[in-house]
Amino acid sequence: MSATPVRSDNPAALALAVRHRFRLAETLPWLLALAFYFAFPRYLGFGTELLITVLFAISLDLALGYAGIVTLGHAAFFGAGAYTVGMLAKHEIWTEPVSGLFIAAAVAGAVGFASGLVLLRTTGLTLLMLTLCTMGLLEEIANMAAEVTGGFDGLDSLPIKPLFGIFEFNPLYPYTQYLYVLGVLLVCFIFVRTLVYSPYGHSLTGMRENTLRMHAVGAPVRMRLIVCYTISAAIAGVAGALWAQANAYVNLSVLGLDRAATVLIVLVLGGYGRLYGGIIGAVAYMVLAHFLSKAYPTAWQLGLGLLLVAIALFARGGILGMVDNLTRPYKERKAQ
Amino acid sequence: MTALLETRSLSKSFGALLATRDVSFTLEEGARHALIGPNGAGKTTFINLLTGVLAPSAGDVLFKGSNINNVEQAERVKLGIARTFQINRLFRGLSVLENVYMAIAERVGAAPDMFRPAGKRQDVIDEAMELLTRLKLADIAHKTIPELSYGRQRLVELAITLGLKPEVLLLDEPAAGVPSAESHIILDAIDALPKSIGVLIIDHDMDLVFRFAKKITVLVRGAVFAEGSPREIGANPEVRAVYLGQATTHG
Repeated sequence: MSATPVRSDNPAALALAVRHRFRLAETLPWLLALAFYFAFPRYLGFGTELLITVLFAISLDLALGYAGIVTLGHAAFFGAGAYTVGMLAKHEIWTEPVSGLFIAAAVAGAVGFASGLVLLRTTGLTLLMLTLCTMGLLEEIANMAAEVTGGFDGLDSLPIKPLFGIFEFNPLYPYTQYLYVLGVLLVCFIFVRTLVYSPYGHSLTGMRENTLRMHAVGAPVRMRLIVCYTISAAIAGVAGALWAQANAYVNLSVLGLDRAATVLIVLVLGGYGRLYGGIIGAVAYMVLAHFLSKAYPTAWQLGLGLLLVAIALFARGGILGMVDNLTRPYKERKAQ
Repeated sequence: MTALLETRSLSKSFGALLATRDVSFTLEEGARHALIGPNGAGKTTFINLLTGVLAPSAGDVLFKGSNINNVEQAERVKLGIARTFQINRLFRGLSVLENVYMAIAERVGAAPDMFRPAGKRQDVIDEAMELLTRLKLADIAHKTIPELSYGRQRLVELAITLGLKPEVLLLDEPAAGVPSAESHIILDAIDALPKSIGVLIIDHDMDLVFRFAKKITVLVRGAVFAEGSPREIGANPEVRAVYLGQATTHG
């Protein structure tokens, strides 16, 4: 069978065939992150926190932005990962960092799979509430099982082994942490990027856009959502594990509604379902929070709230959506 | 001729409401069959029973002679039973090509692939473009659904379903809501369907039904009211009465 020129010349076919291709501009965030390391050595603690938030937001984007699984309890998996690393280290069972990430991913993924089996029978508001409940349950377990989790105080001074046996994690001078987190983020990002451009990722978008139709084209919708939720949970678990390793402690804040809501805000701010929304959103959120809280220490969240209202009213696609809208006329002119 | 799709004494009740009553129905290979009936006759319920969206309260659904009562919706699609929707159910944020890609990727088993870019499945893209060319949608393949006229959207609805290469095609009011100036594109597309597919069309539009169908089943209050060739149905005084809104309690 020979391909007729009509088909391969079609703009839609061309666009689809090149959409996954790597663009030069995509190196920009990574170069900036590296430059940050050299330019702001005193802010690396802030930078590490930012990179972890980015990873967490990307994991949420996969579930919420791509597959359309609305959740308010994604910190459940962040916390599962963080507590896995924390408990293993505190009780001197496992202190090697890199393999610790895999263990955390497996545990968080298992929690995601088990809860997904039950929760993903529902949609919408019910799902939102149930994800919130799941997180609340985990938080309460972490609070009650003080013997192993440290309860309300959490676990501190975690003995994390040096990275590759060489690079020490120093909580005061987080050089190692920053580069370590950046490296893990890059690997996870490439993984998610591959996923969302694959036929599987395409079908996730399909389930977000029209679940009924996905059933009607013969897709095993529920199983596919569960798999996506599990992967997303595992990545959130890695983010949590990084947080525990970088800070050398865990406490109940890793499992709270605060964290779950923040990552949601980050994603909405940056633009969900866009891969780079998590990165842009995390930078925007962290920088805003940083400066607003300096300027108005008591009322800084008001500014953030107003911004969110504005985004919800006028820019549903977040910051990246606004950029899209602004550049569309130019792109269309170029295409003609 | 063998029966592709068959129902035996199929019934469905929602509480006290009997939406489908004791329907025995056969769709032959290559059939051009129409299902008509007044509003609330249970046409869409019947489709939902055939596609597995609903489970029957009693009776059986058979595909090529084997019972598929317990076969799930997605599995029935894999067997070759596909449908369109009365109200468009499209992937609105995606391009026309991506809409059709979705269906073909599921059918050829590309969809579970997580690690190869969707754009590298040239076979899927080629097949989708071929289908779109056939339906005269190729020149708008890059547009998203809201950019299309309603008639074209209905055509995409059909294109997605044809991407599944069905043996049985259930068309739920394919031309509903399409302005008459555009309706010919739908009719032409239906006329051009492969002869081998067994097609069941559900519609109110008598012009469409009589132009298209070789056999008509009339459904009234969930039960088969009459069945026959278009000529027989057209001449049936009771059917005419039903459509003139003078149905009485007999039947």
